[in-house]
Amino acid sequence: MSDFASGSLTGKNLHLSFGPNHVLRGIDLHVEKGTTASVIGPSGSGKSTLLRVMNRLIEPHQGDILLDGRSVLKDNPDELRQRIGMVFQQFNLFPHKTVVDNVSLALRKLRKLPADQARAEALEQLDLVGLKHKADARPANLSGGQQQRVAIARALAMKPEVMFFDEATSALDPELVKGVLALMADLAKGGMTMVVVTHEMGFSRNVSDTVTFMDAGVVVESGPPEQLFTNPRTERLQGFLSDVL
Amino acid sequence: MDALDQLVKTFFDWEAMAAVLPKMITVGLPNTLILAVSSGLLGCILGMVLAVMGTSRIAALRWLSRIYTDVFRGVPAIVIILLIGLGLGPLVRLTTGSTNPFPLAIFALTLMAAAYIGEIFRSGIQSVESGQMEASRALGFSYGSSMRLVVIPQGIRRVLPALVNQFIALIKDSSLVYLLGLLASEREIFRIGNDAAANTGNLSPLIAAAFMYLILTVPLTHLVNYIDNRLRTGRPETKQPDEAAALIGKGAQP
Repeated sequence: MSDFASGSLTGKNLHLSFGPNHVLRGIDLHVEKGTTASVIGPSGSGKSTLLRVMNRLIEPHQGDILLDGRSVLKDNPDELRQRIGMVFQQFNLFPHKTVVDNVSLALRKLRKLPADQARAEALEQLDLVGLKHKADARPANLSGGQQQRVAIARALAMKPEVMFFDEATSALDPELVKGVLALMADLAKGGMTMVVVTHEMGFSRNVSDTVTFMDAGVVVESGPPEQLFTNPRTERLQGFLSDVL
Repeated sequence: MDALDQLVKTFFDWEAMAAVLPKMITVGLPNTLILAVSSGLLGCILGMVLAVMGTSRIAALRWLSRIYTDVFRGVPAIVIILLIGLGLGPLVRLTTGSTNPFPLAIFALTLMAAAYIGEIFRSGIQSVESGQMEASRALGFSYGSSMRLVVIPQGIRRVLPALVNQFIALIKDSSLVYLLGLLASEREIFRIGNDAAANTGNLSPLIAAAFMYLILTVPLTHLVNYIDNRLRTGRPETKQPDEAAALIGKGAQP
């Protein structure tokens, strides 16, 4: 897997509140084109919310989002989200559609491809994740790992410039985690720009180019993985790492 | 014994039933079906509009849907049919020259059915996990497209049993149109039974009407159970291999 038409992504001073609850308190995150940034931190620290703000599923109350150096806050949010693929913890495949229809739906309805061409492209994506033979199955008849790989194929089919992974392996049985992580590592190696919210410290350390540690809505520490994992400067990161490692 | 004979004759006079049956099947049945099916279909369309309004992010639309539903669900069918049928009848006669009460009866039944069907659809839509909408939006679909392509198709599937129940209620409520005054050719099942009962002074034709309704509704109640079961356990054709093997094994036993 290679030659993604990926781009850089920057979040600048992002703020978000739900009522009195200040969930994001001025987050800065920059992901170079073709690199992988992982975001780690305790639950409730705002990691998943940050992803949803960066593709404007939730509009930030303050701050800016730049894709390839250009602000996208004034763009149509639906068009922005076509350029950013997202993979969820609970897979969220469409259960009423077959596997191949899950992947081809956006190609047909948003890219306006004719049905046979959309199906051919969807099958190609399924082949990349090793599930072409399940094309006509229903998501419910797939294992969690297979469902998540279909979800990745569904996101990739739109040829996104950036991919978001929101704890993509947290809901998987332990023996299925490896396959999905390997696929994500392949994408990273292929030059996809990725933001990976994860509890998999091994992945964060070995695959990502930068690591960002969040706690209570702020970025506490960020830098190359070696620096954060071997030489954490803040007490909060030291405490977090000793809890999870 | 006389009292018992009298009772049997009142309810189960086979001759009276046989006399009314042809009219009931050739005139009453089609008319009942026309009323129930057309108001059922129109009720589904209006009900879907109400459900989409009821789950909208715009508060004013939610309120409109709420008020409509409360009014038309809270008033007895007979009141709505009389108000619409008798109230708008003269207007229809003036503008179109038609005295056929069917369009207004269908209209009244539709308004009422829509309130119930709208609630059924709304509960179906709201039962779809929020992750479905989120995943669809993340792909780049608008709110409307996400509802149309992802959320509503799943919601409808889950409420099919409730929808069939509503249709059964509609078949029964269609009998109320007799209040609007029907020509001989416009009579539905109940009216034909009622007329015959009045003419003969015997209730057997009404028993025949009751049987006609049962012939329509009982299969539908079983359809509800079938759909319900299928939704719960999955499609019958996705039988597990060993299940099929068990069947063969049983047959093969001497």
